[in-house]
Amino acid sequence: MLRDAWLITRKDLRIEVRSRIALNQIAPFALLMLILFAFALDPDSGVLDRATPGLYWVAVLFSALLAIQRAFALESSDGNRDALRLSGLDPAGIYLGKVLSIATQLALLEVLLGTGVVLLYGSHGGNWLLVIATCVAATAGIAAAGTLYGVLAAGLRVRETLLPLLLLPVLAPVLIGSTRAFEAARSDTIDQGWPWVGLLAVFAVAYMVFGMFGFGPLLEES
Amino acid sequence: MEPAVHLRSAVALIGRFPALAGVDLDVERGEVVLLEGANGAGKTTLLRALAGLVPIVSGEAVVLGHDLRSDRRSVRRHIGLLGHTTMLYDELTVDDNVRFWAKAARTEPVDAEAALVALGLSGRLRHVAVARLSTGQRRRVSIATMVARRPELWLMDEPHAGLDSEARDIVDGLVRQASQSGATVIVASHERGRANALAGRVVTVAGGVSNVA
Repeated sequence: MLRDAWLITRKDLRIEVRSRIALNQIAPFALLMLILFAFALDPDSGVLDRATPGLYWVAVLFSALLAIQRAFALESSDGNRDALRLSGLDPAGIYLGKVLSIATQLALLEVLLGTGVVLLYGSHGGNWLLVIATCVAATAGIAAAGTLYGVLAAGLRVRETLLPLLLLPVLAPVLIGSTRAFEAARSDTIDQGWPWVGLLAVFAVAYMVFGMFGFGPLLEES
Repeated sequence: MEPAVHLRSAVALIGRFPALAGVDLDVERGEVVLLEGANGAGKTTLLRALAGLVPIVSGEAVVLGHDLRSDRRSVRRHIGLLGHTTMLYDELTVDDNVRFWAKAARTEPVDAEAALVALGLSGRLRHVAVARLSTGQRRRVSIATMVARRPELWLMDEPHAGLDSEARDIVDGLVRQASQSGATVIVASHERGRANALAGRVVTVAGGVSNVA
């Protein structure tokens, strides 16, 4: 299973490196969102600084939608979905491979957005250990749930519009948990952030387990 | 030895439509069989059903000793399907594509190399992204990915479509080699002359039902 996962991850990341969709389209989209938030919320009023954790994770979520759609668009073109089903690869391995490739792209995007927040908003990260733990748990959760809903939507004709409708409500706990944890990391109440990280980790593990069992039937049926 | 394919009154649905309406078919190991029939007769559906991509809902369906109705995954490991689509990743090179699908099937790297050489893809072409290839070249790569998997059952839907005469001869040679080495080949084709020369037997498909000719 892990061998199959690594095969899929390497293939997906190689495609992304060659196509540069993430670099040329998703990353600029994410940065553009940060700039628009800055236009909408006056940086001098302090509102932007207070809202920074939420804005950061909203930008991550919307960018993640693009990355997930892209990950499954690869498999929808030219009969590749059939080829994947015929490949003999373990469906749980395919799922984990997709999760890892999406998570890798999201992690790079989060670093970029974090740099953007510091430079554009003049924001500071706070407790770095809490920030990093939050990012790891939230990224795993977004990738795990996103991959599961991605394969579900990929088999449908209205996949481009359906995926956000399916996925955004599911990812609401990730948005809430990661935002609260970031707020705690920037304040004096760091201890209040760790329970949110715990919630994010539980979310990620639950979806990971669910995905490993559910991905195969969804790949077959959708 | 049990046949490579054994279908009895096999019914397959696409949605609610019975795309296969009671197919009887036996194919021995090492045999090359040509499926004939008009457009829409059910040839492609039959090949996809044998590959486990279209579920058989009733009747008997045993492929390579595995029951298609209960164990489609085990069958798929041993099957190569050449369909209407090329099943390739446009952004990857010829070499990347063939090696990826060969690794997925757990064959040796030499099998991928041999397939690339056999299809005339061993030169500079192997490092070109598939998106930049012509239709015929893509078809060659698609055939190479199938050959590299070393399948026991070759399912080929219009294998000569889009190919030049050199590539057509290569495909015919590969089919003969596969058959001689014990693999079973089922070909759906409208090119009767070329396909008839390959096949040991012709099966006519009409209205989702097969009849031995």
